[in-house]
Amino acid sequence: MSVSHEAPADLPAPPTLSVGKILRSRELVLIGLLAMVFIGGNASSPWFLDIYNLLDSTAIFSEIALMALGTALVIITRDIDISMASILALSSLVMGLASQHLGLGAVPLVLIGLATGALCGAVNGTLVARLGMPAIVVTIGTMSLFRGIAAGILGDGKIAEFPTAFTAIGQSYLFGMIPLSFVVFILLSVVFVVLTHFTVLGRNLFALGNNPEGARYSGVRTNRLRFLLFTLNGLMAGLAAVFLTARLGSTRPDIAMGLEMEVITMVVLGGVSISGGKGTITGVVLAALVIGFLRLAVTLNNVPGNILIVFTGLLLIGSVALPIIGEKYAYLFKLMRRPRN
Amino acid sequence: MLNVLKSREALLAASWLALIALAGSITPNFVSIQGLRDLMTDLSILVVLAVAQMIVILIRGIDLSVAANLAFTGMVVALLSVANPGLPTVVWPLVCIVVGAMVGMLNGALIAELQIPPIVVTLGTMSIWRGMIFVISGGSWVVQHQFPEGYLAVPRTQILGLTLFFWIGLTVAAGMWLVMTQTRFGRELYGMGGNPRAAQYAGVRVKHHEFWVYTITGALAGLSGWLWTSRYAMANTDVAAGFELQTVAACVIGGVAIAGGAGTVIGAVFGALFLGTLYNILPVIGVSQFWQQALSGAIILLAVYFNMISRKPPVRRILPLASPQGAGE
Repeated sequence: MSVSHEAPADLPAPPTLSVGKILRSRELVLIGLLAMVFIGGNASSPWFLDIYNLLDSTAIFSEIALMALGTALVIITRDIDISMASILALSSLVMGLASQHLGLGAVPLVLIGLATGALCGAVNGTLVARLGMPAIVVTIGTMSLFRGIAAGILGDGKIAEFPTAFTAIGQSYLFGMIPLSFVVFILLSVVFVVLTHFTVLGRNLFALGNNPEGARYSGVRTNRLRFLLFTLNGLMAGLAAVFLTARLGSTRPDIAMGLEMEVITMVVLGGVSISGGKGTITGVVLAALVIGFLRLAVTLNNVPGNILIVFTGLLLIGSVALPIIGEKYAYLFKLMRRPRN
Repeated sequence: MLNVLKSREALLAASWLALIALAGSITPNFVSIQGLRDLMTDLSILVVLAVAQMIVILIRGIDLSVAANLAFTGMVVALLSVANPGLPTVVWPLVCIVVGAMVGMLNGALIAELQIPPIVVTLGTMSIWRGMIFVISGGSWVVQHQFPEGYLAVPRTQILGLTLFFWIGLTVAAGMWLVMTQTRFGRELYGMGGNPRAAQYAGVRVKHHEFWVYTITGALAGLSGWLWTSRYAMANTDVAAGFELQTVAACVIGGVAIAGGAGTVIGAVFGALFLGTLYNILPVIGVSQFWQQALSGAIILLAVYFNMISRKPPVRRILPLASPQGAGE
């Protein structure tokens, strides 16, 4: 009877990504959304479809999207990280201090930024995976701690002394039109797709997210994996810090304030289940494009950033709520539907 | 179990008094009548919000939107009071409670009815209401001279030498203590936090309670919006930014388990008193206010760590059970 509807889909190890799955699911919805953003953007502003505008806007969301890649993996494994924007702020500050006091060049600065990010991530990872503290309070705590350290050191001041070679990272374009951060984001997306959906490591992530206990008993070194993912997420925040700091050419303690919300919106809109074990990197990448170009369309219509966060908030809740509402009231359409298997 | 909790609260109360004594020994003004009165006035808002956050954490939730709710409600009532200065002052707290409760109801509906994780819902509503402040105010501020006289004066009325702020904080804390310890609703919330499924099977209306918990939290956050705007005579988009983290910090310091089911109102109150006093002491001992945020973070982590090691078995059990997070760690 109706009992059999729910469970069986999960039993045979399903491919975590396949063409058929893409066509059936979240990705298709996202492509539709993206098309709507483009149609709406074009209708509301004559400058939206300008190729330079479009490509230039990628610089802004690529930094956020880089963090979304890492956070997606964290959420797939049933953890959560809301400290990445604060990690970004601290990495940015450390780069600023290194530039101001040591007069370092671009390459050492980048390395310092990445190392700071990874270190902060490792702190999260240690507290969560080694000490067994709940990820949500740990990252609420470190969210406050990391940004707080930046605020404590810098007060309400800012550092704007960066070498030109460093700021060039955030302000140079491939072929004169594609921002470097977008290129890096696309390349890393490919790496993440392969890593997550076509390797044993990736399979372990989903195993851990679906059934932590089961994964452990099947020989997955779950705590090491969780530690590595938090560290990786810190590293991605460090990378985002490099691009953002270089693009702005300065750093302040309130840099990237509130970005954690946009990161999580991208991940959740991308179809990653907040309760773990489900999601695709392709979905997250598409969601990043949707949010990024939506932001461009909204900005071109002179809507201030303070109102933009209303849209992102609605999108975050809507992207989770609508499928649930759809499922809840699916019985209204039951006559039209036939279960496929 | 009960003894551990009792001693924790006693410990917190003692360290709170020690903190005040320390500050007093450096700056005698801090423990003057006026100094203590100011301290109590300042702490009342954090106490109200900590108690509000406590009942949410108790049922395994979290409400990151309390500060945005406070700021939004504060702006709504500030704009209303500027537009209608003639209305009696008692209208404003009522308006705040109603607006705050509606904001909370939205959280409650999404969390209880649609079963969306509280962290996602409240992260989203946090942005929505922050953004809505800008929408309704057009980005402008409401400042001291614009408020009607009574709006700022009434909460400062002194009763028995303490301001109305203090008495409101005390009333909320006492009321919540009564609800949590003396009523069936409160008892059932502990049950839900300890084991939602068992509570459901035992006949607790889990969804109904969850909805009302977020609504109550919203109403208290709304009330804080009135307290905040009249205390600081200001309403703008950035009011109380990041304050939600302090409410969580106050709870975990007070021994409220983030995994739900354990914690007391008195603990949360003393957590808030301790944390709020610590912030007020920072300038006294020569630490820049800019370190306040880092301190909150460090305290949250330490408090959670100590909670964890001091309360290994989270619930009293007759037989040991395998813990879901992987045994043998």
